[in-house]
Amino acid sequence: MTPFQYARANDVADAIKQIATDPSAKFIAGGTNLIDLIKYDVEEPTRLIDISHLPLRSIEQTSTGGVLIGAMVPNTDLAYHPIIEQRYPLLARAIMSGASQQLRNMASTGGNLLQRTRCFYFYDTATPCNKREPGSGCSAIDGINRINAVLGTSQACIATHPSDMCVALAALEATVHVAGPAGARTIAFADFHRLPGNTPQRDTNLEPDEIITAIELPPKGFSANYSYLKIRDRLSYAFALVSVAAALELDGDTIKEARLALGGVAHKPWRSSAAEAALLGQRAEATAFARAADWLLHGAKGYGHNDFKIGLARRAIVRTLGQAARGTPQSLSDKKIR
Amino acid sequence: MASYIGSATSRVDGRPKVTGEARYAGEFNVPGLVHGYVIESTIPKGRIVRIDTSGALGVDGVIDVLTHQSRPPMADKDNAYKDEVAPEEGSPYRPLYDDRILFTGQPVALVLAEDWETARVAASMVKVEYQKEPHVTDLHAERSRAFAIDAPEKPRGDAAKAFASAAVRHAAEYFIPTEHHNPMELFASTAIWEDGRLTVYDKTQGVQNVQKYLCGVFKMKPDEVRVMSPYMGGGFGAGLRPQYQVVLAVLGASALKRPVRVMLTRAQMYALGYRPASIERLALGASSGGTLESVQHEAIAVTSQFEEFARNDTGWGNLLYRSPNAKFEHRLVKLDLPTSCDMRAPGAATGVYALECAMDELAIALKTDPVQLRLQCYSERHQGEDVPYTSKQLRECYRQGAAEFGWDRRNAEPRSMREGSELVGWGMASGVWEALQMPATVRIVLTANGHAEVATAASDIGTGTYTIMAQVAADMLGLPIDSISVKLGDSTLPQCPLEGGSWIASSVCNAIANTARAVRGDLLELAKEMKDSPLAGVGVDDVALIDGKIASKRDATRAVPIASAMQSGNAERITREEANKVDEDKSHARNVHSAIFAEVKVDEELGVIRVTRVVNAVAAGRILNPKTAHSQVMGGVVWGIGMALHEETLFDHHFGRVMNANIAEYHVPVNADIHDIKVIFVEEPDEIVNPLGIKGLGEIGIVGVAAAIANAVYHATGKRVRDLPITLDKVIQFE
Ligand SMILES: Cc1cc2nc3c(=O)[nH]c(=O)nc-3n(C[C@H](O)[C@H](O)[C@H](O)COP(=O)(O)OP(=O)(O)OC[C@H]3O[C@@H](n4cnc5c(N)ncnc54)[C@H](O)[C@@H]3O)c2cc1C
Ligand code: SF4
Repeated sequence: MTPFQYARANDVADAIKQIATDPSAKFIAGGTNLIDLIKYDVEEPTRLIDISHLPLRSIEQTSTGGVLIGAMVPNTDLAYHPIIEQRYPLLARAIMSGASQQLRNMASTGGNLLQRTRCFYFYDTATPCNKREPGSGCSAIDGINRINAVLGTSQACIATHPSDMCVALAALEATVHVAGPAGARTIAFADFHRLPGNTPQRDTNLEPDEIITAIELPPKGFSANYSYLKIRDRLSYAFALVSVAAALELDGDTIKEARLALGGVAHKPWRSSAAEAALLGQRAEATAFARAADWLLHGAKGYGHNDFKIGLARRAIVRTLGQAARGTPQSLSDKKIR
Repeated sequence: MASYIGSATSRVDGRPKVTGEARYAGEFNVPGLVHGYVIESTIPKGRIVRIDTSGALGVDGVIDVLTHQSRPPMADKDNAYKDEVAPEEGSPYRPLYDDRILFTGQPVALVLAEDWETARVAASMVKVEYQKEPHVTDLHAERSRAFAIDAPEKPRGDAAKAFASAAVRHAAEYFIPTEHHNPMELFASTAIWEDGRLTVYDKTQGVQNVQKYLCGVFKMKPDEVRVMSPYMGGGFGAGLRPQYQVVLAVLGASALKRPVRVMLTRAQMYALGYRPASIERLALGASSGGTLESVQHEAIAVTSQFEEFARNDTGWGNLLYRSPNAKFEHRLVKLDLPTSCDMRAPGAATGVYALECAMDELAIALKTDPVQLRLQCYSERHQGEDVPYTSKQLRECYRQGAAEFGWDRRNAEPRSMREGSELVGWGMASGVWEALQMPATVRIVLTANGHAEVATAASDIGTGTYTIMAQVAADMLGLPIDSISVKLGDSTLPQCPLEGGSWIASSVCNAIANTARAVRGDLLELAKEMKDSPLAGVGVDDVALIDGKIASKRDATRAVPIASAMQSGNAERITREEANKVDEDKSHARNVHSAIFAEVKVDEELGVIRVTRVVNAVAAGRILNPKTAHSQVMGGVVWGIGMALHEETLFDHHFGRVMNANIAEYHVPVNADIHDIKVIFVEEPDEIVNPLGIKGLGEIGIVGVAAAIANAVYHATGKRVRDLPITLDKVIQFE
């Protein structure tokens, strides 16, 4: 562990100023991921800038009919917010599928986007890991990789992004609001997380001196036909082996619009425009779902222990689309998959 | 007064536990306490070349960094390090002893600082240079190096020949991965020197074991060392042997002449003992009528390079099933890991898992109902020793368990039962464990005000020892339970063995009975000396202590209040100390048994498994406290579910490291994984096993549970998974 100083940011501008002047500083929000990483000597900030009390805690309707969620809104508050429960139940369910109640109480909306991979080697400083130490090698490719990625991987890294919330945000096509020394900007959700390529140390396109201020949801919430299905090694409190967020707009039983995102399989929530396009105009039934699954899993490649994820994902996609089409989303409390 | 024995008494230590008043080894604060942080080896094998402590020593608040070169002296003979449960063969690990690295996670230095965070920060500044040597940590890769050790059970007949000519055969290998205990409480020790004497608060299942061990390692006299462990946040076997942090705490305290606490992190606890991974090979041969002709059970299990730890994995078939031919073999593979150790039902949890899955497979080959097959093979005698049991109500366990579960509604055909998207599977298994007693001494101090203190050096590891001892003492002394206080977990108290093996209840309760009898004798003498004593002429076994009186058993009106007897004799207190009588009698086998029935629902497409019902019917002699007993067995079932579906310590054999050394990634069941668990205690009066008929039930709850679940998964899906844990990718071949 490295000793660090602790400072509170007075406001967003102050937070940006503080982070811009100290490259070894880090923001701390809920701390549920960062503190663990500090204890494991993976993150070694010499200064923690506490942003948890910044006034970024509101959930408001926007003038265009969407919703703006402050970056400091706790995951629990977000999932239970009436607007989210009613209009964006896919997001609510995805959040509630993650972690535990205590963690969700602490975890912030912004922090959830920036949580780091759970790849075992990333956490173990005695082993090589390109994400932790660029150029040292990837231990997972020939190692214990049951939880690692099958899509969008590179020779440098096969880590996954572990978030559930982000899978729903990707499907809902959220926008990330950020601010930095150069001012504020927005990043489309699809462009926020990166693929590992040759720079696995970079998880996202957020600049080191930028802060996430809010997440914006577009008006469309797909509250009638959606489902979030998370497959894991125990029935709660485990990261996804594969998770699927599915959202449909139906006209009778014809698909007018479709959104489909996978978690647990790639360095970012995994979407494919071809997969979604393949569903358009189709009848909402298994054959169409299977075709979409094939598109979405196009190019998937296993690394041994995680080969099963490809077949599992294929079936999970079909299942989740079925749940969405029937209007019977996966229940959180009843673990039976219907 | 109603009897406390057999009543569902709430824990007498419940209040201190929930209010935080109960203190654990890492919670004893003394002025000037120094905190130690352990630096562990990052390599599995080799030597320490250099340790650069300069950076750490420069940190404000750091007092010292101990290494093998700078530590205070320690014993240099193996014998000093052999604790009560150390394996017979081998040289116990010596913490911080020399430059040799024997396993990843081995302590190589101890940072001592004014507070724990400082010690932790400084620890990351210590630079350790190693000279690596090639290592091996993979049981499968090394199995050809396995060597046989003495199997606990002798062979009978010619098992191989009988197998070869059997009408119906089943042979297969089963695998149980390495598992860690993961008690909630972290291992910790606080060592305090005072006037040349050492007091140690330690997380241990045996204070006297640790006391003797420390005397050996540090060449101290018994009265110079006192070890205390009043409460324990779970041990499960991890706390049977002294763990290395206790040595480090004493080293630190000796070096600094200040009190020192060493607390391990969760990750560091993965370098302590573990349930050894084992490959279990079963070969069963049966007649076409469904009786066993041959049982062969071979286990290949992990131990360290320096000690040979082994438990009875293979002999359980001798207890459960009749067979004229049998052969048992136990092999070990030495790996560059810490020594494996006891974990709840050691040997049985693994061995019976394999045996009971094999019996299920045999039943399928025979087209016989699995309960029926077990009844056909039921053994009234211990097959190896050819002796009867003190009691064995296993048949009744099968009957009551099956009735409660509704087993007769089972369709034997795999994949025949379903509910919507889920396949339903029903499986069963038997469980067996030992009913042991060990020598233990209990002291009772009865004071004239009607209060009794009952003391022995046992540890209550969370099982309810405080409570059952209070119950038994209250009944034996004729006092209300509120008038009893129980003192445990202090090495200066009367001798008591380690809390393990499910032997504590029988040992200490029978010792209480003997001590109470001695107290009764003293009281009777006092009562008889009273003027016109109504008890004149009666013997000690003709009287009982009831409702605060000493009374004739035949004529309750002939009674003297205990207080009056003591006052008239001017006795302020009566102090007695007696041991239980441990029978050397080998004319009977002593065991507890169970029958487990499990229901699983498996998603047909996705392989997700839910354990929706478990019935565990247990015959374990006299149940002292149905409430704590129920908790024990229920906890065992939950653990069995974890063993079946979740638990696995993941190694990267290239690095020789545990990769999931935390409880986020080392999975145990969570609430969502647990549904209906029904525990049945089958009546089992037993006058032979020991005077009180107590058999103990710490371990039996887990035995057989994983097999029942594995068998249920097969019944649901038609897919036999023999490698634990049964994860969805083993159930379904995802294309
Ligand atoms: C045991 C365990 C199980 C878990 N299981 C799940 C699960 O099943 N599914 C799931 O989705 N998640 C799971 N999580 C992860 C959890 O969701 C994240 O830890 C949490 O969302 C992170 O939020 P935080 O506010 O605590 O982030 P912090 O730990 O405070 O920060 C994380 C990172 O984000 C940065 N940061 C935070 N806020 C901002 C901001 N506004 N702008 C810029 N940078 C910022 C920090 O500097 C840091 O680098 C689990 C976590 C644990 C410990
Ligand atoms: S997969 Fe990525 S995070 Fe994991 S070891 Fe390889 S480089 Fe590191």
